[in-house]
Amino acid sequence: MTAYLPPRVRALIILTILIALAPMLFPSSFYYRVGTLIFINSIAVIGLVILIGYAGQISLGHAGFSGIGAYACALGPVHLGLHPFASLILGAVVSALLAWFVGRPILRLKGHYLAVATLGLGMLISMVLTNETQLTGGPDGMAVEGLGLAKAVRETLGFKVKTSVVWYWFGGGMLLIGAWLALNLYNSPTGRVLRSLHDSEIAAKTVGADVARYKLVAFVISAAYASVAGSLLALFNRFITPDIASFLHSVELVTMTVLGGAGSVLGGIAGATLLTALPQVLTMFHEYEHVMLGLIMMLVMIFMRDGLLPTLRKLMLRRAIP
Amino acid sequence: MTLLSVIGLGIDFGGITAVNALDFDVQPGEIVSIIGPNGAGKTTLFNMISGIYQPSRGHVVLEGRDVTDMEPHKLAERGMSRTFQNLQSFDQMTALENVMVGCHMSERSPIWADLLRLPSSSRRNRQTQEKAMALLERVHLVKAAHMEASSLSYGALKRIDIARALACDPKILLLDEPAAGCNAVETEEIDELIAEIAKEGVAILLVEHDMKLVMKISDHVIALNYGEKLAEGKPSEISRDPKVVEAYLGSHGGKEAAHALG
Repeated sequence: MTAYLPPRVRALIILTILIALAPMLFPSSFYYRVGTLIFINSIAVIGLVILIGYAGQISLGHAGFSGIGAYACALGPVHLGLHPFASLILGAVVSALLAWFVGRPILRLKGHYLAVATLGLGMLISMVLTNETQLTGGPDGMAVEGLGLAKAVRETLGFKVKTSVVWYWFGGGMLLIGAWLALNLYNSPTGRVLRSLHDSEIAAKTVGADVARYKLVAFVISAAYASVAGSLLALFNRFITPDIASFLHSVELVTMTVLGGAGSVLGGIAGATLLTALPQVLTMFHEYEHVMLGLIMMLVMIFMRDGLLPTLRKLMLRRAIP
Repeated sequence: MTLLSVIGLGIDFGGITAVNALDFDVQPGEIVSIIGPNGAGKTTLFNMISGIYQPSRGHVVLEGRDVTDMEPHKLAERGMSRTFQNLQSFDQMTALENVMVGCHMSERSPIWADLLRLPSSSRRNRQTQEKAMALLERVHLVKAAHMEASSLSYGALKRIDIARALACDPKILLLDEPAAGCNAVETEEIDELIAEIAKEGVAILLVEHDMKLVMKISDHVIALNYGEKLAEGKPSEISRDPKVVEAYLGSHGGKEAAHALG
């Protein structure tokens, strides 16, 4: 069993098994819904793992790209007559292009300055979505045409399934694709340069890496991930409000990334799972839900500074070597 | 043909002249050392040549082309590579990965090929890994290949820095105090390594405080003080130059200095 498998393959196998087996623990079909939300958030977080964990750049505006993806799926079918899935692709392309144009000047900044600049970008997108009332319905949001997954299954395979169940498997599949791409990147020529930026930009430059270009690459890829996640959320909920592009959502995404362990794809997914599932579990403490959530986040950051997964892995390794 | 020419190079920091009107040439396969007391402007000179600082005056010419103000990554493409006095390791990557990043220019590949892990990307990965492994062998660090850089000793990191710079297949290598903080054995190993690299035709520009090492391996020594060239010549000439001795030890230290510098 312990035959040597590359870490990339091992991570994918673990993820596939977890996705496949999790439904056995679901007491009701409501949990398929929670699972789907976890998958969708995880996709956005994987993008941020590439940006924050690999390349060491910060963004407090990525919810803006989720907003673009979401509204592409809301508006595409109505105004352009596009299939919802084509709208998802369109949203990702628009987000990537915007990230490319805006990223050039913004990514010259470092640390706090980059954080504030990306925050501004996110707020700008959020404001446009809120104020273009005629197009977006403003703060009240707008309805979104669904993907019709359950119907498609019924027509092609001939059996009835609940929408939330189909979405669970569809979302899980999308997450696996997203994780696969990011894991491929980790140990590739491009990925190595991204990870080198995290530790020393100057050294990366002196070995011939065009640092500005690679930062842009990470920013564009992560924007596309955030956009796809936003599109999926819109298609899943069949309804969308500008809240998806809000600053709070950006912070939520970054928190998930850092909480789980920014450097690893599985860590990011762990963070997304914890922060998506906890509020559902904590409803039993309803009044104290946010207090509990804040407390857990503080404790993780104090006692597991590298993030959940890397800390646990280190603990296990220490135990394995007597 | 002269590989590197520095012509009238100078830089001011807020009205203070850190380096002034420096001229010198480096030939292929030559080891040129820059010496001088702390604050003489050695690292500043390196930073100007390697494109990290923009000089206020003068030119850097690499293989007949003016490369003044060129960005470091463009200089790397033209065959200039360097190490750092204060280590610039990629701490969260393994020793092997550190050197593999050094191979960047020979393994650059389209992003989509890396995302999809196309065969071309895996093949490049494998080739780079072999090349990086061979370089680690050269600096005697094969055993540390899969250890994270943050867990390695200072001496090991210094050598990884050199291996990473060599991975760029440079024509000229700028080494900023490669033996600083290394013990006697490690220093000797680095000294052998530098001589070996130069023998392969790579020009070496060296900043080093270990005078024994400098005097032993250099073809040519340039002594700096307060950002100006104090003396230039063969190691034996420099070690006897009264101006150099004075800069290092003050005017009273003559005899001891002559002894210390051999």
